[in-house]
Amino acid sequence: MQAYLIRRAIHSLFAIFGVLLIVFILLRLTPGDPALLLLPDLAPPDAVAELRKELGLDRSIFAQFSIFVQHVFSGNLGESIFYRQDALKLVFRALPTTVILTFGSFLIALCISIPVGVISATKRYSFYDNCTLIGVLLGQSVPTFWLGIMLILFFAVIWHIFPTSGPGGWNHYVLPCLSLSTYMMALITRLTRSGMLEILNEDYVRTARAKGLAERLVISKHALSNTMVQIVTVLGLQVGTLLGGAVITEKVFALPGVGSLIIQAIELRDYPVVQASVLVTAFLFVLINFLVDILYLYIDPRISYVSPEER
Amino acid sequence: MSHRRKDNRGSRDMKRDATSYRLPLRTRLKETFGGILRRLLIHRVATLGAIVALIACLCAIFAPFLSPYNPLEQHLAFRLKPPGWTGSDGRMHLLGTDQFGRDVLSRIIFGSRVSLIVGTASVILGGILGLILGMTSGYFGKWIDDIIMRIVDIQLSFPFIILALCIIAILGPSLLNLIIVLAVTGWVIYARVVRSSVLSVKEMDFVQAAKAIGTSDFKIILKHILPNVVAPFFVIASFQVARIIIIEAGLGFLGLGVPPPVPTWGNMLSDGREYLREAWWIGTFPGLAIVLVVLGINLLGDGLRDALDPKTYLKE
Repeated sequence: MQAYLIRRAIHSLFAIFGVLLIVFILLRLTPGDPALLLLPDLAPPDAVAELRKELGLDRSIFAQFSIFVQHVFSGNLGESIFYRQDALKLVFRALPTTVILTFGSFLIALCISIPVGVISATKRYSFYDNCTLIGVLLGQSVPTFWLGIMLILFFAVIWHIFPTSGPGGWNHYVLPCLSLSTYMMALITRLTRSGMLEILNEDYVRTARAKGLAERLVISKHALSNTMVQIVTVLGLQVGTLLGGAVITEKVFALPGVGSLIIQAIELRDYPVVQASVLVTAFLFVLINFLVDILYLYIDPRISYVSPEER
Repeated sequence: MSHRRKDNRGSRDMKRDATSYRLPLRTRLKETFGGILRRLLIHRVATLGAIVALIACLCAIFAPFLSPYNPLEQHLAFRLKPPGWTGSDGRMHLLGTDQFGRDVLSRIIFGSRVSLIVGTASVILGGILGLILGMTSGYFGKWIDDIIMRIVDIQLSFPFIILALCIIAILGPSLLNLIIVLAVTGWVIYARVVRSSVLSVKEMDFVQAAKAIGTSDFKIILKHILPNVVAPFFVIASFQVARIIIIEAGLGFLGLGVPPPVPTWGNMLSDGREYLREAWWIGTFPGLAIVLVVLGINLLGDGLRDALDPKTYLKE
């Protein structure tokens, strides 16, 4: 068990390192010199050279990367070329917005789709079930950002219930979270429904019913808890999709999150900020998947991470 | 996922394979394709999806004949006109005009080109890449498998769209770059699915028998493995086309798609967001077009999955 977790952690670190390497190399190969972007047009060549030296851009790519990795391990991700501020600090300032957005939509999706999926499975082929299926299909086909635009159009421009865009109180997050959650909602509903349908045909469910257990208990204790295993797997992976979707949603609603930061930093060729935000996002994603793996242990007693020899 | 689970999946696959592999390959393929097509046609919803997808393809191919006006033609005097508006020159704009006075309907029809080209081309490219790497990884195992799966892990450990976004920003947005990036970031999905089906097929008796009589690895992969992994592959690919169309529109929305003035649904949505207060139609209709096409392809994918799933057709 411990050996498994350690191995898993090493894999995760390896993955983060790989992502960093890829992004680092890609960014360095980019046309467009950040020193030239920072200085005014027609700056003297020696000023450009001096700034390049100051930013460490005059050294080889490998030297730059090794310096960068050393800095990462000491928690120093460099200074934003544009803002002249600690890059990591900029990312952490933007992070709460993205986290609220991601987990807000995650919660909305979870709270709505699991009950809907369960009811749909227990009333298979009913009118309600058909409506759910249509909803699922639509939810998986609607681009979240377009839905965001439509939500703004109706709830902000026409009905004035919520603010159009920009950061602010809780009501600024209602529409973004709603639009971001649709895809996930459709996915979980679908999974819950199909998982429940499969499990409701299992022998142990029939046994539970035969021994006179209340239907409510059969569904919640026997069927749903077993469906949860499948759902949790997908949830872990989908958090990544949500983080990615948050980038576009932030743009739609003009929220200052990590996504907006990355896009802006790419446009400005602000390497340290791009690296810092990519690192933080990758770390978050890897961490969540790691936690999901541990969560399995508690949800499904059939899974064990002990290898056969150890047993 | 590297956890172990007790399930009875293997035995079911084994049963199906045991019956179908007694037939010669050509008969089997004919039966399968005929059967798949028949099952697809019975699937009414899938047929509907196929029709929608087909219409979209026709729109893309015959865009110059179908669109009422030139999608690039600007009339600054007629900017931001609502749907159904007729200009003083007698030209009717069914879906209105945008901020440069360009016809929205014509732009949507032409926009389908970029979406469909990017969707299919990157799925074909990424699919072939994933198919080859997934089969290599699953069939040969050992260090090749380790290396390929590590790369897959790295790619999956990172939100797909952010990766695509970084690369596009660096390479510069263009149609070809978009296709390459979406193919390169998308192959992992196929590789994983193909690898896992290869792993189960590899241990079957007929593969072992072919190995025993000295058939070359290449021939085994081509003749015995490939026909058995294409079914899940096509299902994934069809859903991927839909997903890529959405991602392409998303990148276009962020200004990282095919650059203007080429009409794309993503660009139009971005304009629509900007002019939402004055002109709701600029953003609404391209979005509806995306929903319709993606819905159609998803329905087709659903039907394909049902048609290819042994669980469904063994019941017949």
